[in-house]
Amino acid sequence: MSAALLAMFALFGVLIGVLFGFFGMGGSFLVTPALLVMGYPSRVAVGSGLAFVFGTSVIATLKHRDLGQVDYKLGVLMIAGTTAGIEVGKELVLHFEAAGSSELIISVIYVFLLGAIGLFVTYNSLRGGDDGGLDHDVDHDAEVDSSDIPDIAKKIQSYRIPPMISLRGGVQVSLWMILAVAFATGLLSGFLGVGGGFIRMPALFYLIGVPVPIAVGTDLFEIVFSGGIGSFIWAQEGGVDLSIVAPLLAGSALGARVGSAATSIVDEDDIKIYFGLMLLGGSLAVAARELSRWFDLPILSDVSFALIMLSALLVAGAVIYSSVLALRERSAEGARSQPAD
Amino acid sequence: MFGIETLNGPAYSAAIVGLVLVEAMVLYVGYGGLTRAVGSQITRAVAGDDG
Repeated sequence: MSAALLAMFALFGVLIGVLFGFFGMGGSFLVTPALLVMGYPSRVAVGSGLAFVFGTSVIATLKHRDLGQVDYKLGVLMIAGTTAGIEVGKELVLHFEAAGSSELIISVIYVFLLGAIGLFVTYNSLRGGDDGGLDHDVDHDAEVDSSDIPDIAKKIQSYRIPPMISLRGGVQVSLWMILAVAFATGLLSGFLGVGGGFIRMPALFYLIGVPVPIAVGTDLFEIVFSGGIGSFIWAQEGGVDLSIVAPLLAGSALGARVGSAATSIVDEDDIKIYFGLMLLGGSLAVAARELSRWFDLPILSDVSFALIMLSALLVAGAVIYSSVLALRERSAEGARSQPAD
Repeated sequence: MFGIETLNGPAYSAAIVGLVLVEAMVLYVGYGGLTRAVGSQITRAVAGDDG
């Protein structure tokens, strides 16, 4: 691999890290489509994406380990269900790969998922809503209030199919519901090469009723294992390329520090619309790549790659630019408020 | 890379996962130290503070 390509992966990692550190989601979601667009086989795109997710989640979990926001019982149950899901997801990819259609199917699912989440986040931003992103940096203790539990979770908790499991915060839920959520997210992880946090965290909150801070901590804890297991499984298929993962991880760990620091400086709601647009850009990029294959138009493949890089650059740039502006404003206000000698 | 090509099967996979884990921990410690060492200076420089 050339030095230029290594540098490009490291730079891409920085952009992804800024996004993950700031929004707490979305970073790894761009890696697999980017690798697919660059022409890597689906097993390398998915396997390397999962190994990257594993490395990032280790770093994020180390940062959160002292906050006491992990439900280990729930985490272990999630790991069991997720492992089964990843294995089934991997078999699906290999099955479609043998049939020669895995890139197409993975790409189509990506287009719909990225597009749907992008529309959701953009719509919420325009409405002034507050639930378009997943906050992985919740630092306060979980306070359980029944009015905070979503109605769907209350409904699901009311189905008392034994055995019932007691979770932190006094939540009781059926073991089967936990395993079903875990299996579904594991399937997505194994099939698409993503950590699954963008769907598991809201699933833990909206479906199981776990308080958000505990959902975040448990999600991170679980991603370490699902990412590690996924990497192990895909490495056996020759799907993990360390020359891709190592520079991406080095860049993203640095970017995540910048992104995390920016959360205390910039209002997330001011930037969330860019994040939604970035996901829509990712969705268009994967669609453009598929169209270039169908109609044999190489220019569309270049457009696709440019869309992914530009949309990540736009949002990461917006985060950094807004942070610099906010810091300078604070500095100027501080100087004005000081009494003249 | 790192001579792990000579391994095969589960040993190769375990080596891959182990290398990613070690890199993640080194990055966590390394960037953490860097942040503590120069983080506040960089923040002040970006903010345009003189002091």
